[in-house]
Amino acid sequence: MKVGVCLKRVPATDTRIKIASSESGVDTSDVKWEINPYDEFALEAALLMKDAKQASEVIIFTVGEKGAEAKVREGLARGADRAVRVEVGEVDALNIASALAGAVKGEGVDLVLAGKQAIDSDDSQVPAMMAEVLGWGQITEVDQLEVDGSAVKGWRNAGGGSRDVVATTLPAVVSCDKGLNEPRYASLRGIMKAKRKKIAVVNAEGGSAKVAYSNWSEPPARPPGRVLDGDNAQRVSELVRLLRQEAKVL
Amino acid sequence: MGTGILVLCEHDDRGFKKTGFELLGKASELAAAIGGDVTAAVIGRAGGAELGAHGAATALSASGADFASYSTGAWARALQAIVAAADPAVVLAPASSRAKDFLPRLAARLGAGMVTEATDLRAEGGKVVARRPMYAGKAFADAHVASGLAIITVRPNSFPVGAGGGAAATEQAVSVALQDGDLAARVVDTEQAATSVADLTEAERIVSGGRSVKSKEQYDSLIRPLAASIGATPGASRACVDAGYAPHSHQVGQTGKVVNPSLYIACGISGAIQHLAGMRTSRIIVAVNTDPDAPIFQHATYGIVGDMFEVAPMLRQAFEQLEA
Ligand SMILES: Cc1cc2nc3c(=O)[nH]c(=O)nc-3n(C[C@H](O)[C@H](O)[C@H](O)COP(=O)(O)OP(=O)(O)OC[C@H]3O[C@@H](n4cnc5c(N)ncnc54)[C@H](O)[C@@H]3O)c2cc1C
Repeated sequence: MKVGVCLKRVPATDTRIKIASSESGVDTSDVKWEINPYDEFALEAALLMKDAKQASEVIIFTVGEKGAEAKVREGLARGADRAVRVEVGEVDALNIASALAGAVKGEGVDLVLAGKQAIDSDDSQVPAMMAEVLGWGQITEVDQLEVDGSAVKGWRNAGGGSRDVVATTLPAVVSCDKGLNEPRYASLRGIMKAKRKKIAVVNAEGGSAKVAYSNWSEPPARPPGRVLDGDNAQRVSELVRLLRQEAKVL
Repeated sequence: MGTGILVLCEHDDRGFKKTGFELLGKASELAAAIGGDVTAAVIGRAGGAELGAHGAATALSASGADFASYSTGAWARALQAIVAAADPAVVLAPASSRAKDFLPRLAARLGAGMVTEATDLRAEGGKVVARRPMYAGKAFADAHVASGLAIITVRPNSFPVGAGGGAAATEQAVSVALQDGDLAARVVDTEQAATSVADLTEAERIVSGGRSVKSKEQYDSLIRPLAASIGATPGASRACVDAGYAPHSHQVGQTGKVVNPSLYIACGISGAIQHLAGMRTSRIIVAVNTDPDAPIFQHATYGIVGDMFEVAPMLRQAFEQLEA
């Protein structure tokens, strides 16, 4: 079985995000990049399938410019076999999903694993859109996954701590949540081997982006807070008073 | 190009969820500016007349055997039929885990523009513009769909629930013809949680514990009871979850749940940027931390510099007296 992994580079989670001076977007000129954390769970799930001889090949798919290849290489170093980078025109979730779907089809992939969302756009749209474009079943946001032949079972949050168990059959798209596994690090040998692994480049036609973004800003400042005085008993009773009378949340 | 606003109203055993009421109220205000009616979309049960109280003129529902348990395909097909019947300019839905599961499929099918996780909406030039956090809340931007149908999911608790009192909505059943593959992925079982509390993403009150609870036992004896005393949902930092003191489903933050409660109480949490990403839009933040320089205090509405092992039980007692 061929397993595809969707991988995106995103600003590191501890990076401060700077707004471009024109408010037209984010200034990424000195951002440190990381593999999107949720994509790491997807990659690890695929590599575990390869370790268990369930997957014959693990192929990374990414949409982006040449600069995205460094993080793809990191995925290859962890054990993926090769990669496909897709270039698209205007970028939005549907264009990305269509571009990925085209590439996945071209490679004859049976199972696509993706992160549940990319932590830059925070859209959580691409995996489900991809499944729609491909006409495949989907299970999103799984924190437990079983693949047995062509039967796929995923566990996903159903609210309030309950979990839905969702069943489908291959081919399918599965998006991954934290808790699914513990992503591995690349070994030195893996890093060396990755240098020779292939990253193919393909172009996808894309329509115009449907969603327009503008007026970027930093998060609204929170009103200054207050540290409460006195001994613990006094602070607790003052806190309760404030929560009831000033904040009116109790 | 349609007119008016369609609002997805989710429900559970207890009836319609508050998220639908929040959106119907806001939709009424927006529809007054962009034109058209407010319609409720109900999937998996019939009825919905009571949604009129919050502003729906009509409730379109799809129900029957195909909707006995959730499936992505059936829900997407049902909403497609409801959209066809209502022909709205905008679809609003809560940013729930189910809506985020099936709506992108429908958006792709209809070629609609989709915006997720809005925290505010306004009407401008005949369109609905969504304000939304991105980069885990480190940036905000306006998003709008230039032409065609717009599908927008909104974070729970973004808008107040109005007083109600509107006339009953006209109920109308919509028939849905499922197609091959619509039931390809379906829920075959649900593992119920031991206790029933609101999901973190929908919770109005949250009490979270950090690494410094030091054990699962102390998470259970300190954080959970404090949460229970005000009907709050318990949460945790990643360090607390990774140490095994609380389950993954409790994690708040960049790689956990994004929450939007009116009250968030952080006990022994330092306030790392990845934790803040998940809770910074909370209306009131309370921090209890021994370190006066902990970053969480820069975001807290009210702070107590103190030992949570002492403060949390006292707070719980005070809360219990209130609720009594
Ligand atoms: C890719 C990535 C993703 C991440 N995602 C998340 C995420 O989703 N959510 C998340 O929370 N973190 C996330 N993190 C981790 C984050 O960086 C922090 O490590 C984590 O939030 C720290 O948890 P903490 O506040 O419980 O622990 P610490 O930072 O260790 O803080 C413990 C705090 O407890 C205080 N304290 C100690 N004893 C007491 C006491 N008796 N009473 C009161 N206060 C006390 C200390 O003063 C300190 O401030 C992520 C990190 C990375 C790299």
